[in-house]
Amino acid sequence: MENRPLEYDYTVAKLWMISAIVLGIVGMLIGVILAWQLAFPGVNLLLGEGLAEYTSFGRLRPLHTDAVIYGFTVSGIMATWYYVGQRVLKVSMAESKFLMVTAKIQFWLYAIGVVLIVVSLLFGLSQGKEYAEFIWPIDIAIVIIWVLWGVQIFGLIGIRREKTIYISIWYYIASFLAVSALYIFNNMAIPTYFASGGIGSIFHSVSMYAGTNDALVQWWFGHNAVGFVLTVPIIAMIYYFLPKESGQAIYSYKLSLLAFWGLVFTYVWAGGHHLIFATTPDWMQTMGSVFSVILILPSWGSAINMLLTMKGEWNQVATNPLIKFMVLASTFYMFSTLEGPIQAIKSVNALAHFTEWIVGHVHDGALGWVVFMIIAAMLHMAPRVYGREIYSKSLLNTQFWLQTLGVTLYFTSMWIAGITQGMMWRAHDEFGNLAYSFIDSVIALEPFYIIRAVGGTIYLIGMFIWAYNMYKTATAGRRVEANELQNTSPMAS
Amino acid sequence: MFHWLEKHPFFFAVGVFVVFSWAGLIMILPTFTKASQPLVGTVPYTTLELAGRHIYVANNCSGCHSQLIRPFKNETDRYGDYAKSGEFAYDRPFLWGSKRTGPDLMRVGNYRTTDWHENHMKDPAGIVPGSIMPAYRWMFTKLADLDTAYAEQLTVQAAFAVPYNKPLPAKDGGTNMVKLADTLEGAKASALAEARTVAADMKDQDVKDLIAQGEVPEIVALIAYLNRLK
Ligand code: HEC
Ligand code: HEM
Ligand code: HEM
Repeated sequence: MENRPLEYDYTVAKLWMISAIVLGIVGMLIGVILAWQLAFPGVNLLLGEGLAEYTSFGRLRPLHTDAVIYGFTVSGIMATWYYVGQRVLKVSMAESKFLMVTAKIQFWLYAIGVVLIVVSLLFGLSQGKEYAEFIWPIDIAIVIIWVLWGVQIFGLIGIRREKTIYISIWYYIASFLAVSALYIFNNMAIPTYFASGGIGSIFHSVSMYAGTNDALVQWWFGHNAVGFVLTVPIIAMIYYFLPKESGQAIYSYKLSLLAFWGLVFTYVWAGGHHLIFATTPDWMQTMGSVFSVILILPSWGSAINMLLTMKGEWNQVATNPLIKFMVLASTFYMFSTLEGPIQAIKSVNALAHFTEWIVGHVHDGALGWVVFMIIAAMLHMAPRVYGREIYSKSLLNTQFWLQTLGVTLYFTSMWIAGITQGMMWRAHDEFGNLAYSFIDSVIALEPFYIIRAVGGTIYLIGMFIWAYNMYKTATAGRRVEANELQNTSPMAS
Repeated sequence: MFHWLEKHPFFFAVGVFVVFSWAGLIMILPTFTKASQPLVGTVPYTTLELAGRHIYVANNCSGCHSQLIRPFKNETDRYGDYAKSGEFAYDRPFLWGSKRTGPDLMRVGNYRTTDWHENHMKDPAGIVPGSIMPAYRWMFTKLADLDTAYAEQLTVQAAFAVPYNKPLPAKDGGTNMVKLADTLEGAKASALAEARTVAADMKDQDVKDLIAQGEVPEIVALIAYLNRLK
């Protein structure tokens, strides 16, 4: 894509890469701890009775979700933005002192934010809404960090040399705008300390919305947080890195257009599928179901576009582990965007909602699509950013197979667990009484909890291998020349 | 048009925003104009209950428990009457949850008692063999934060006109009133009085000692909250 020799500046991209690796490992380590806690509740006391409060499942769960979403994934999004942005707009960060300085401020604010978040969640300071737990001072910091990203995007666009903005940039822009709107609306709250004239905790706030309205805003947010953090920017990545790594042009420009505008148009409507059979208006639940099914089209549009980009070049899947990661990522994307709409059908949701099947869906999307894509993107970046070849291909292949096994154990066990659970809850005996007490369904799940925990642990080992490989690449990989960096990333066996 | 947009990022961004927002506006605005009306019998939280609710949030019980009974026979058989919108009118935030690792708690006050909760929160698996719920022993000595609960009561009364100190229709045709003191001291005194009636059914020595000293441990506030879930 780029034909002029231009030096890009990756100082900021490197910072975000480190942060993605660290937060990925921390977040997934906590996920693994959660998984073992559900299998063996004794793990709730892993640091002893004295610290039980801070290691208990409930406290750690938001730390997991927020660390993997706002930590790992957002860092991955930023790392790739600070790489892809410059390259497709044909302009270097070094050309603007302003952009460089604000980018560094953004990163360090984020780093401070992460520390505050970890401490506050461990101490149980929470607004109590899923994926929006952070207390109001942190929310303000997050808004600033996010706005600074907007400054970066539009700042770089403002000084670009390439006039046409590439598909990846569309997706980054959409992610930026949507998350800004959603995050602010969902977190509208009144700090009680100030409203009451100085009584109680300064960190506490009360939501502007109550009950059903609060739920509506929350899931309008929650669903789109999934969409515009775990999907849209990841599509931005695959549109850049897959063609780059494979040396193939995007299969269809028309399909890209259709998929992009289709996604932005339908996504928001689908939010209602989180509140089916709740006390929200019926028409909204129905719209949620219907639009979820329609959402298959733009989702598969992107995924098929990616797979067809590899047309005639399937041999690369066997030879290049990065292509392997990306092809599997788009396959998992197709998979979870088929599974999601199925779960959004009313009669299926009646069974699936509240069960482990939803957790399975979350993680085939997260582990199979989001994490695989970010891993591949950062592996492609490493040789270009550090001027060194990837340290070890065999480690990379090992990682690939371990993580594929890990995610497979995870989602298959959770499917069976979820459907078992759902069936047991609704079963009646011949006299019309409930066939099982609740605890029966808990005990029935134990083997699946163990399988999931094993799968998660294997997946986490893959993360460590990746971190090691990245570290060695940056410090000990063979130095490479620019001409080795055209397409397939150079790597030592 | 699309080619033109791709060369004009500002208009592109505006386009994305419009296409993205329309659904939000149609979905959210009309529902918001008719704000949720409380159901007959639904009353605001007392200081002690609200402190208990904060403890429920701080420990993310919602990570494992829903508070939303769906209109299916198996759910109404198991948990009681299905949920109605007005019942949540005073819930900020809502606590429906999205996962039932443990049972629904929306009406747990109808079928569990103070002393059952006391034993269960200390050692869930001891009461319900096979339970994977963590134990919450620290709650028996850690003190509840009544100040913040009172601050929230004042805030919602002022900002959202939550009807404290007003007669509200009750299910039996009479009226209920939830009192809110004028001062922090007053609020704490009435919370302590309420805590005494809860703790009267409890056996834990730490709890008894703290209550005797005029302090309210977290577990008492939490149980007051669970008891009111009906
Ligand atoms: C790891 C998930 C988990 C967490 C976190 C959790 N629980 Fe539970 N809870 C369960 C399970 C499983 C059961 C069913 C077995 C039992 O009764 O112990 C249960 C049962 C209960 C029951 C009995 C309900 C009934 O109908 O019998 C109550 C009450 C309860 N939990 C309250 C709480 C409170 C309050 C918190 C937060 C402080 C909490 N739970 C946190 C998993 C959890
Ligand atoms: C080693 C990898 C991981 C393991 C072992 C793991 C484990 C878990 C566990 C045990 C839970 C709690 C489920 C429950 O309450 O029943 C959970 C929840 C969750 N995890 Fe993970 N996780 C991992 C990676 C990830 C990643 C990478 C993401 C996202 C990018 C993610 C996103 C989530 C979300 C969103 C939830 C909440 C699901 C819901 O409420 O339905 N996880 N995870
Ligand atoms: C066409 C696309 C998709 C549709 C229609 C869809 C649909 C759904 C449905 C119906 C639920 C369950 C709601 C419930 O009953 O609780 C759900 C939950 C979820 N999905 Fe998807 N899904 C899609 C794609 C994805 C992707 C790609 C991801 C990325 C990881 C994802 C992440 C999640 C998460 C995190 C939740 C759990 C939310 C929670 O309860 O905490 N989804 N989705």
